[in-house]
Amino acid sequence: MSRDSLRCIFYIILKDMRTYYLKPPSISWGIIFPLAWTLAFYLRHPQTFAQLVPGMVAMTAIFSTTAAEAVVINFELRVGSMERLLLAPISPGGIFLAKLLGGFAFGFLMTLVVAIGSSLALGIHLNVPIFLLVLIFSLLSFASLGAFICVSVKEIFEAQTLLNLPRFIMIFLSGVITPISALPHYLQYISYLMPLTYTVDGFRHAISQATYQGINIWLDILVLLVFSLAFILPGRRMLERKFE
Amino acid sequence: MLPKNEIVLEARGLTKYYGDFLAVDNLNFSVRKGEIFGFLGPNGAGKTTTIRMLTALSPPSDGTAYVLGLDIRENPLEIKARIGVAPEISNLYDELSALDNLIFMCQLYGVPRKERVKRAEELLEIFNLKDKRNTLFRKLSKGMKRALTVASALVHRPSLVFLDEPTSGLDVLSARSLRMIMRRLRDMGVTIFLTTHYLEEADMLCDRIALIRSGKLVKIDTPEGLKASVSEGKSLEIRFRNGNEESLQELKKRMSPFKVTILNGERVRVYGDDIGEICERITKLSKELGMELADIFSFNPTLEDAFIELTGLSPIVMSIEKEGKVNVTG
Ligand SMILES: Nc1ncnc2c1ncn2[C@@H]1O[C@H](COP(=O)(O)OP(=O)(O)OP(=O)(O)O)[C@@H](O)[C@H]1O
Ligand SMILES: [Mg+2]
Repeated sequence: MSRDSLRCIFYIILKDMRTYYLKPPSISWGIIFPLAWTLAFYLRHPQTFAQLVPGMVAMTAIFSTTAAEAVVINFELRVGSMERLLLAPISPGGIFLAKLLGGFAFGFLMTLVVAIGSSLALGIHLNVPIFLLVLIFSLLSFASLGAFICVSVKEIFEAQTLLNLPRFIMIFLSGVITPISALPHYLQYISYLMPLTYTVDGFRHAISQATYQGINIWLDILVLLVFSLAFILPGRRMLERKFE
Repeated sequence: MLPKNEIVLEARGLTKYYGDFLAVDNLNFSVRKGEIFGFLGPNGAGKTTTIRMLTALSPPSDGTAYVLGLDIRENPLEIKARIGVAPEISNLYDELSALDNLIFMCQLYGVPRKERVKRAEELLEIFNLKDKRNTLFRKLSKGMKRALTVASALVHRPSLVFLDEPTSGLDVLSARSLRMIMRRLRDMGVTIFLTTHYLEEADMLCDRIALIRSGKLVKIDTPEGLKASVSEGKSLEIRFRNGNEESLQELKKRMSPFKVTILNGERVRVYGDDIGEICERITKLSKELGMELADIFSFNPTLEDAFIELTGLSPIVMSIEKEGKVNVTG
């Protein structure tokens, strides 16, 4: 990738942060929602709060990362600002990357805040390298998933609705609240098709360390990487098609 | 043939299909360094489509173009870095102020950090937007948005600028000041590729004009060359105070070999380059036929005449077009 493109990507991320992400709607969608959700479960089973932390952090990751992708992608396509960006020395593929990395950066900030906050508050010991590794690949796959969904439709509301589908299904099926092993057998298959499953598993590794028996941590990371590529490559292509 | 270094843009068989629809049909032309090159045609002629290809925004279906010596198919990013573009729609960021929009453009085009604010302020000054410095783009008037869109094409001081209808929607004064800016840019050596609907504007501003219709190139020439190619040439329009159909028919007969068109019961149009002789004969004939001369107007062919003759569009179509953006198909 050329220096020009890298510079454009950097400044597009910066601009999206400033104009869309670091605004009350994205912040509240990214943090308040997972917090409220976790609180609701905590009130039913107060003894298990520490158990809920990996799921809460994972939810923050997916909700914040995808919070404004419909706006940065569909809205900009609609009003022509995306076409404007394309006048600069950057390709449609580069813009696709810039847009998803914007979600990534915002997700990173928000998740870090929630993770640090809750581990300090609850005195949880975090394996930082493992946590960061899982976090980075998770954010990448969520951001790619979101961007892929956004470029596959036209309107903002379509993108928002379609984004909610995986977001909510994953809360129930990815071991955020109920462990996957407690799910009916046929649902477990679906669980393993969801990136969030590997995120939650990875975070449990980072928190519980040696005692936790789950999927191999490196497998988690590999699967998340595969998910990312599976969304990035066709998503990029679809955005390119829009400008032919 | 011009020396090679004089040509900054060359289209070779440039063609664009949208599905089955042929929007741009095998365009061949070149633009010389330092000229204002007008690209003129009715709605839907393919002007914007051509600009989008030339600015490496959308790939041609066939043929190619060389912009600043680079192939649009092979070096889109290098080309984009070196040209300035003001697109047809004013699509800067609503949520950013006038100044911040320009600074963002500086960032995208790699203007050094220290220079950015200075450049942006300079452009605001030139485009009379200084007191709108901190106003959000969405709160600017339509004309100010247009001006800022053109300004944003210049942040990196490109040597070749594409302006797609820069003056559309501007009031007379703003349009005039924008034309002055374009001339200043040309005087600084910047080449301008300009599309416009305003024939008078093209006439005043352009060094050469390409006429296109339905995606095809009709003719390229200087404004003078285009006007000179109008077959009917100069003409005089004469109004008589007490004219009538019968006398005018007689006058028409006796004015031969000059071509005469009777416009109505009291007005005729006489075509010919020898204004002196026409006047003399009209004066004489009007006395003989008992009519009194009321007014004489002389007409030179305008670019509009050339446009109408060359594109085959009726004057009504053109006048509708100039009023506003009414789509004319075919
Ligand atoms: N994305 C597209 N898909 C399909 N057809 C298109 C597309 N863009 C333009 N066209 C068609 O291509 C033709 C040329 O359009 P273009 O916008 O280039 O015209 P133009 O000369 O710029 O017109 P105007 O003066 O109205 O701006 C039109 O018939 C238009 O309908
Ligand atoms: Mg156009």
